[in-house]
Amino acid sequence: MVSTTLWIVIGVAAILVLWIIFAFNSLVRLRNRIENAWSQIDVQLKKRFDLVPNLVKTVKAYMKHERETFEEITKARSIMTKAGEGDVKKKAQANNMLTDALKTIFAVAENYPKLRASENFQMLQEELSGIENKIAYARQFYNDQVLKLDNATDVFPTSIIAKLFNIGKKDYFEAGKEEKKSVEVKF
Amino acid sequence: MYEQIASNKRKTYLLFIAFFLLVGLMGYVFGFFFWGNWIPGFTIAWIIAIVFSLFSYYSGHKMVLAMTKAKEARKPKYAYLINTVEGLSIAAGLPKPKVYVIESDALNAFASGRDPKNSIVCVTTGLIERLNRQELEGVLAHELSHIKNYDIRTMMLAATLVGVVAFMSDIMIRSLWFGGGRRDNNGGNAIFMVIGIVLAILAPIAAYLIKMAVSRKREYLADASGAMLTRYPKGLADALRKISKDPHILKSASNATAHLFISNPFGKRKIMFSNLFSTHPPLEARIKKLEAM
Repeated sequence: MVSTTLWIVIGVAAILVLWIIFAFNSLVRLRNRIENAWSQIDVQLKKRFDLVPNLVKTVKAYMKHERETFEEITKARSIMTKAGEGDVKKKAQANNMLTDALKTIFAVAENYPKLRASENFQMLQEELSGIENKIAYARQFYNDQVLKLDNATDVFPTSIIAKLFNIGKKDYFEAGKEEKKSVEVKF
Repeated sequence: MYEQIASNKRKTYLLFIAFFLLVGLMGYVFGFFFWGNWIPGFTIAWIIAIVFSLFSYYSGHKMVLAMTKAKEARKPKYAYLINTVEGLSIAAGLPKPKVYVIESDALNAFASGRDPKNSIVCVTTGLIERLNRQELEGVLAHELSHIKNYDIRTMMLAATLVGVVAFMSDIMIRSLWFGGGRRDNNGGNAIFMVIGIVLAILAPIAAYLIKMAVSRKREYLADASGAMLTRYPKGLADALRKISKDPHILKSASNATAHLFISNPFGKRKIMFSNLFSTHPPLEARIKKLEAM
């Protein structure tokens, strides 16, 4: 009789251990997917970051009186540079600032027909609005993944594993107030 | 979504088995008809099916591109299209597919390839010019969903195997017509001749129906998962409405490639057995489903 009980205990323990391994692995997989999604955003943010000086140079040649707009851009870029590698909130903030500043530039550019006609400007405009869309989509993908991890870590009994191994929540990449609309703006 | 993709992959295997059984059955009858022995016919039929499948698996999408006269889209001319595709593939968590265009006023698009890493998206120039950004995104999201759901692989293989079946029944009918087969008249041959004729007529129809059944369900699924990507089902609904009213037909499409496109490339006139044989569910039904989301 003793041996039967022993076997039951061993069996239950084995199932428990297997479940812990399974739950832990699925949480880790979710966390890795978030990291991958984040790097997608980061790539696009860097691309835009690198394109902006180009735009500023092109635009400055045509419009000399829009100093405030350019200052906004410089400020956003410096926040971006200072933000740490995984600092979602800071990067989101700088990104939203940059988005707004760029929108202002493109709006102001409407008053400069010569600038609008320049091939270089048109190319930059298409590239930048393309990147902005990509950022929006990368953010959507990232937030979806964060939501999945959120759900997994909230639900019992996986929540115990999450606490045990300290797999915590990640920050959402928040959109600016106007951001969602900007996808639909046509220049 | 991941479960649906897994079930899609399972169905692909079932489809595959069904086709190979059909091809095997034809080869079986074929063998008796020509050689009085099932083995050579059976073997040849399977070899043909396997070779064709492998070929379409590895280079089917290149063939389709050649058949539809598609050209690779490059920046800066197609920067807008390429950027949109890149954005949506980020949203879908897919590697970026290669982008192609067909010079045509028709409104159409298709995706192809064997897996997400080896995939292509192709649109007509008319689509880029006449749809607005949200509508184009809707269409492209639908195509990327086909890639994500592995529909591209299934449809490519299905089309190839339908081709194999059609090819075999064609040979069979021809040889019956022109008096091929064994001449030593015995009773068995006559029976196989009747079976052969029936099979030669029914097999392509059966193959076609298998293909259609799979294809149409996938369209609804791709519409739904496309809407998940753009978060804007109205974009695709508007695009489909525009497409349904468009009078242009895509000249470079053929029967072999029709099922790949987002809407029937021949327009409405060519659909004969309207529902049973159409590769796509009616656009109105798709629009209604999208608007209910």
